[in-house]
Order: sequence, then C-alpha cells, then structure tokens
Amino acid sequence: METSTGTLRRLARHVPAVCLLLLLGCAENYPQTTLHPRGDFAHLVDGLFRTTVFWALIVFVLVEGVLVYAILKFRGRPDDPEPRQTHGSTLLEVAWTIVPAFILAAIAVPTVKTIFKTSDYATGDVVQIEVIGHQWWWEFRYTELGVVTANEMHVPVGKTVNLRMTTYDVLHSFWVPQFAGKRDVFPGRHNPLWFKAEVTGTFSGACAEFCGEQHARMMFRVVSQTQEEFDAWIAAQRVGSPLVNGGRIAAADSTVPADTTRPAAPDSLQQAGLALFNSAGCIGCHSMVGAATAGVVRMTGPNLSHVGSRGTIVAGFLPNTPENLAKWLSNPDSVKSGTLMKLPRKLTDAEIATLVAYLRSHQ
Amino acid sequence: MATSVLDHAPATHAKAPTGIWSWITTVDHKRIGILYGATAFLFFLIGGLEALFMRIQLMKPDNHFVSAEMFNALFTMHGTTMIFLGVMPLSAMFFNYFIPLQIGARDVAFPRLNAFSYWVFLLGGLFINFSWLINAAPNTGWFGYANLTENQYSPGINTDFWVLGLQILGVASIAAAINFFVTIVNLRAPGMKMLRMPMFTWMSFITQILLLLAFPVITIALVFLMMDRHFGTHFFLPEGGGDPVLWQHLFWIFGHPEVYILILPAFGIVSEVLPVFSRKPLFGYTAMVFSGAFIAFLGFGVWSHHMFSTGMGPFADSFFALSTMLIAVPTGVKIFNWIGTLWGGSLQMKTPLYFAVGMVAMFIVGGLSGVMHSSPPADLQQTDTYFVVAHFHYVLFGGSIFGLTAGAYYWFPKMFGRMLDETIGKVHFWLMFIGFNVTFFPMHFLGLNGMPRRVYTYPAELNFEFWNRIQTWGSLLLGFSMLVFIYNIWKAARKPADAPADPWRGATLEWLIPSPPQEFNFGTVPPVGSSTPAWDLRRANGGPLPEPKPESGAGIHMPRPSYWPAVTAIGVLGVIGSILFTHAFHQWYFITITGAAILIYGIYRWAFEPAF
Repeated sequence: METSTGTLRRLARHVPAVCLLLLLGCAENYPQTTLHPRGDFAHLVDGLFRTTVFWALIVFVLVEGVLVYAILKFRGRPDDPEPRQTHGSTLLEVAWTIVPAFILAAIAVPTVKTIFKTSDYATGDVVQIEVIGHQWWWEFRYTELGVVTANEMHVPVGKTVNLRMTTYDVLHSFWVPQFAGKRDVFPGRHNPLWFKAEVTGTFSGACAEFCGEQHARMMFRVVSQTQEEFDAWIAAQRVGSPLVNGGRIAAADSTVPADTTRPAAPDSLQQAGLALFNSAGCIGCHSMVGAATAGVVRMTGPNLSHVGSRGTIVAGFLPNTPENLAKWLSNPDSVKSGTLMKLPRKLTDAEIATLVAYLRSHQ
Repeated sequence: MATSVLDHAPATHAKAPTGIWSWITTVDHKRIGILYGATAFLFFLIGGLEALFMRIQLMKPDNHFVSAEMFNALFTMHGTTMIFLGVMPLSAMFFNYFIPLQIGARDVAFPRLNAFSYWVFLLGGLFINFSWLINAAPNTGWFGYANLTENQYSPGINTDFWVLGLQILGVASIAAAINFFVTIVNLRAPGMKMLRMPMFTWMSFITQILLLLAFPVITIALVFLMMDRHFGTHFFLPEGGGDPVLWQHLFWIFGHPEVYILILPAFGIVSEVLPVFSRKPLFGYTAMVFSGAFIAFLGFGVWSHHMFSTGMGPFADSFFALSTMLIAVPTGVKIFNWIGTLWGGSLQMKTPLYFAVGMVAMFIVGGLSGVMHSSPPADLQQTDTYFVVAHFHYVLFGGSIFGLTAGAYYWFPKMFGRMLDETIGKVHFWLMFIGFNVTFFPMHFLGLNGMPRRVYTYPAELNFEFWNRIQTWGSLLLGFSMLVFIYNIWKAARKPADAPADPWRGATLEWLIPSPPQEFNFGTVPPVGSSTPAWDLRRANGGPLPEPKPESGAGIHMPRPSYWPAVTAIGVLGVIGSILFTHAFHQWYFITITGAAILIYGIYRWAFEPAF
C-alpha cells in the first residue's frame, strides 16, 4: 500500500511535465520557437513560462474536470422535483478566493525577480550593438568595433551582447525568440536588450510590432559564432565601413586582425556594376565601400558593403543567390510590394547582371 | 418612483404600427433592440468574412490570395468590426430589449436618446465600411498605434475613416451608456433594490459605468490623432516634441476596460442562463455582483500590461503585473460560482445551457492564458504573437460570443414569440464549439513557436504551415456553424408565433409577460421581493403560473414616435465625417457647417417636440 501510494504520487508529479512535453514536443522543428531557448535571457523567460504553464495546467485540469463532472452528474428531467435551493457558501467562496491568490503569489514572486533582472542594459565585458529599425529592415551598428551592417547580426558565442535599440521611422519590435524576449523600439528613444548566445548557429528573428505594409517581411538572422570567427567577420566588415576612417579603406588597423578578405581585383563586369551603382542612383540611398557614399553613416537604405557575405537579402526574405538578387533588382515592388526601394529607372538585364556581379563580389 | 414618468402622459396606440417608417421613427426599446441586433449581426457576419479571407491567405506560406495591403486592411477591419460593430451592439441589443423588462419598466429613461444612439451607431458603422467601396479601408490596426497612423506614414484617408468612424461610434456608446445608467438607477420596479437586480442587469449596469469612464479617453486620443493628421499638431510625433507612447497609454486606458465592456454582458447572460437551467438560484449572488464590480474597478489599473515590451522600466512592469494577476481572483470567483450554480442542480439540457457551459469552459482557457502573459518577462515572448491571438479569441469568442449566443437562444422566444429549434441548436453548438477550438487552440502552439501577429504571410522554412492549414479548416467549420444558426432563425420565422410566455421556467420579470411583450411591457408591475421574482410567484402559486393574457393597455401612455433622433444622427455624421475631406476638398468646412446645421436643427426640433 505504502509503495503504491508513493509510486502514484511520484507519477502524479510527472503529469504536468508530460503535458508540457506534449505541448512542446515538436518545438525542435520551429526555427523561431520560444520553447528551446539558446540564450541566457530566453532561459530566464522560459523558466517563468514553465512555472505559469505548470500552474495553468493544474488549474485547467481541475476546474474543467469539475465542470464536466457537474454537467454529467446533475442532468435532470423537466418533471424532476426542484433541487435543493442553495444560495451560496461562505466557506467555499472564501476558499476559492484565497487559493487562487496563493497560486498567483507563486507566479508573482519569480515574475518580479525576473523583471528586475531583465529590464536594464547589461554591464561588464559586452559587445555593444546599436539596433535601428527601418521600414522594413534592420540596421546593426557595432559602434565600438566600427561595423555597420543590415539584417544579419553576428555575435560571439558565450559573450553578452548589449543592444541599444531605436528606430528611424515607425515603431518596430526586435525579436530573436531563441535568445531573448522582444523589445519595442521608439523614435527618439533607446530601449535596452541583451543576451548571451549559448551555441553557435544561425537563428531567425522578426519584427514583432505592426509597422506597415511589409511588417511580415522584416525578418533578420542572428549568426552566433566562435570568438575567432566573429573577430574575422568584424575584420572583414571593417573594410570600408563608414564608421572607420570615413569609409576609406584603412591600410592597417591595430585593433583587428589583418584584412585577409579583400576581394581580388575586380573584373570588367564588376567595374561596370560599380559605375552603374554610382551613376544610376543607388548611392542616393545606400552606403557602399568603394562608392561615393562609402563614408556616409545615415542613409535611407541598408549599408551594402560586404552584402555578398550575408546569407539573405530583402530583410531575411530571400536566400542571397545571384538569381534572387537579379529578381529583386529587376522589380523590387513585385518581390515586396510597397518597399521603399525604388529603382530610378527600369534596369536592363545586362545592367542587372553587372550590378549582381558587383554586389556579389563584396564579400 | 419607478413607473412614474411614463404613466402620466396623454396618448397611446391600440396596435403596434408596421412598415419601414414605423421602424425609422420608433422609440420603443424593444424595436430599437431588434434594430441593434439585426444591424450588429450583419456587421458580425462581415467581420467573420474578413476573418475567413485572412485564414485562406494564411493557409500556406508565401500565399497570394490577398495582397499585403489587403491583408492589413482585413485584420484592421476585422478587429474594429467585431469589437465596435459586432459584440458591443449585440450586447446593446440585449441591454435595450431586456434591461427595461428585467427591472419592470415601460421603456428606457430617454427613449428618443435611445433611438439616436442606434442611428449614430448605424451611420458610424456604414461610414467605416464605406471605405471598402472606395478601396480605402483602414489598414493600421484596430489599435491604431502612432506614429504609423500619422500622415507621414499613412497619408491616405484609410486611417481617417478609422479615426472618425470610431469617434462617431463613441457618440452612440456614450449616449446609450448614460441612458441605461439612468434607466437602471431610476426605473426599477417597486421592491427591486439594487441587490435584487437580475445578474444580467447588474453586469450591464457595470458595463455602462465602464463605457462612461473609458470612452472619453479614446475620444480624447482620437481628437489628438485627428489634430495631428489634419491640423498640424504633433501630440504623437517625436520630431515635434510629442510621444507615440502617449497614444499607447491613452489607447489602453480605454482599451482594457473595453475588454470588460465586451465580456461583462456575456457574464451577465451566463449568470441568468445557468440558474434557470439548473433550477436553482445563482450561487453566491452577492459575490457575483461584487466580483463584477471589482473586475471593472481593477480594469482601469491594468492597461499597461498591453505594453510590457515597450520598456517601461521594472517598477511599472511589476505594478501592472501584480494588478493584472489580482484581476484573476474575482474572475476565478465568477467561474467557481457558476460551477457552484450547476452543482446539485437539475440540469435541463437545452441549447442555451450548452452555450452557457461552453462559455464557462472556454473562458477558463482564455483566463489561464491571460495569467500566463500577466508575467512581463514571459509576455516578452508572447505579446504580438499568435499566442495572444489565441488568448483573446478564447475570451472574446469563447467568452463573449458563446455567452451572447446563449442569450440569443434563451431570449429568442421572448423577443419573437417563436422557439428556436432544439436539435438544430445543438448541432449549431457542437459545430461552433469544435470549429472554434480547431481554429484557435493551435494558435497557442504557433505563437509559442514564433509566429508573429499581423503578418500577411510567412516563409515556409519556419514550419508554420501545418497548424495554419488546420486552423483554416477549423475557421471554415466555424463559418458553417453560423449558417446553421441563420437556418435556425429562418426556420423559426416560418413557424407560427406560439411560444409561451415562459418556456424555460425563468426567474426574472420578463417571463411574466406575453412573448413577445406588448408595447407597454407590463400592464401592472408585479411585486419584487427577491432576485428571482418569477420563481417567488410560481412558488406562491404552488405550480406553473397561468399564461398571461394580452392586456388592453388602456390608460397607459407611451412616448410618441419621432424621426428627429435619426435627423440629429445624420448631423453628427456630417460634422465628424466632414473632416475626411480636409486634404482633398478645400471647401470641406461647408460640409461641416451643413452637418452642424442639421445637428442643431435636429436637437431643436427634438427638444420642442412633445414627448407623448
């Protein structure tokens, strides 16, 4: 008897966990899931989430169970005698006021603790990144490391990144579910967020605040890599960055490893692309290493320096392939209706080929 | 005191008039209730169609069933329609029809103001929906977050339709709220103390207070936004010293009480249906009253839980987290008391009970997911995802719509003298129940697995397709269940009007008079000694009461029909709607002046028209 009750009790302890497993079972298949945290911020949130799910499931099973039982048990017929006319029960009513209050307290205490852990900027040895929302793409500036990029954030694994976030137009919300919760961005204000990636890999992020026509296509990637890979990436991205030396390519920079990724001498196709980039109006909106706008920090469109190294184009929407780039350049509005990317004129296929070659060469 | 004013006036109609003119000029709360119900049900169907179009678009990744702009307009109009043109006026149908009946009054306190509310509501609803016809439907969300709604980012008149349309609808809501508040305070039958009022009337009363306190806030916010858009101010523009966060605070100080405006009437209906079909009184009547009042009071102190991701700082986050958790306590009391009402009863398994129990069961789910995102850090993963979409559909569809449908089945015989079919009703329930859960339950999974809200499409590699497909099939089933409901009404309309006065063994005053009631409601108002006066009479009689006979109504004077409320409503539309033309039409203010002239003339004629 003793053991079987004990076994039962042990089994009962697992019921919420089993339900949770069913709920979370397929989470592995979702690249943007909140249920498999891979960063410290997301783990804090996830712990709280699991506490609330635990209590919610218990309450759900008990209350719905009693409701269903009552419906099955107390069925009557039209000619049945009048049931006992109870008007209430002070004891019961006090009990079911107090018990939920205790359950809520069990959620409230860790909640407030976590709020105070997650509200402010991180301190200490951190990678500082400015996040700027635009309709409909993300700009990332590594102010201390001298890098400006778009829609693909690189972070070193195991090191806290500190995000200082704002927007240059409407409200957006920065969200990489596997690393951290979301935080909205407001014009003229800065909001904090931080996280420390625990594993390497590429992770999906999205804008989570409705921001106009193409809110759905304002995605981005976070690439978590080893410190060495990250340093190499920074070094490559620094070349011609508007934050370094006014965009002019520095001969030597002691803070980062030597630049080993400078492209080979451009071929004629790429040179034609550069000429077109300068003459056709692209420089009206885009910073670009080697072009007239190399040193301009604030432009309407994403900084295209090293665009060839990014995994995706059009704010995380299309894989960065020559075909997709050509498709985008032939008619941006058909790929992403309402996009603020306006071609100054219709480009010929030959012109697009030169631009694709030019942009792809900027690794 | 209760029946005084209306008794002394000098005219009556032997027979209820018919024809369209009689509907335009009616000031009878019952007819206005039916007008509200019919209009709101049509808007509700339109809102449902908008939802179905969205579901078809989201059925597969990178779908092109509708464009991005169309999708954004669909979700904006779906939310706006369901809240302001569907659920609120469906509740208003029951307020209109049943508050006077439940408190033993001949009409509402201000019958012509009541007609005015309806006409303003109708014109406001038509105004917003007119935008579809000129391809300018609002597309910035029902929440209209600044600064996206400012001229710079939304230059079209789409957002103006939304701003001005809500302003017009606000006029209707505030006028109606004043009317019902005064009616409940002043026109109760002798003996009906506040704590003897039926629970539907109680929850309606609390709803009117919420309306009166919450709507002025959205009115101000909308005026600010209108000024920004049309007259060069910058309340929400940071470049001019304004702040878009101000909009969020104003919107949600309105928006959260609005949630209770949508759910409390359904709470009231369920609190009527459960006792009647359990054949025992509501468990813990007083606790139900005060928990409702407490929910309403706390409802004004939780608005920022819609804004946990805005970075308000740890103290504000903690305050709003705790106040939000606190609101779960009175809500829990309601649910437990409903179960307590069923417990030990003699359950009559009729369609209204199915929907009422369905409402309780579904609201529990919505309430629990609500507690889950009352925790701000957890909410950072949940807000603006499909998890939240699941949550509020469980409280607004699973709660409000199930509750209102329970009310429709419960009160249909009283309103139209015809019973709805029980078998079709139960088929309706099961289709709606299954369709609802298949549509909305998987949204919990999708949200937690990273699907943001308000996206017109999603890439295949995020693996959202499977559940989206299932949800779309569920939504089609849900839509089909509405057809079953319409068929049930159509079938009932073809039957003779032979429903008894009291088909359910009801507890409240409306069941003591014929179905449908005569224009003057009560020949004589019966004495009220408890919250279940009809049961008291039945018990005193030792069995069922005799079928009430139609009364002559001689000597009872009812207010005269009037078309001035409708004329005045047109003036309101002209004054507010004319702002739409400031950008397009230089002489726009002539429309404003014309509207103002109609408005003032309407009020003048209304004021000097004899009421009886």
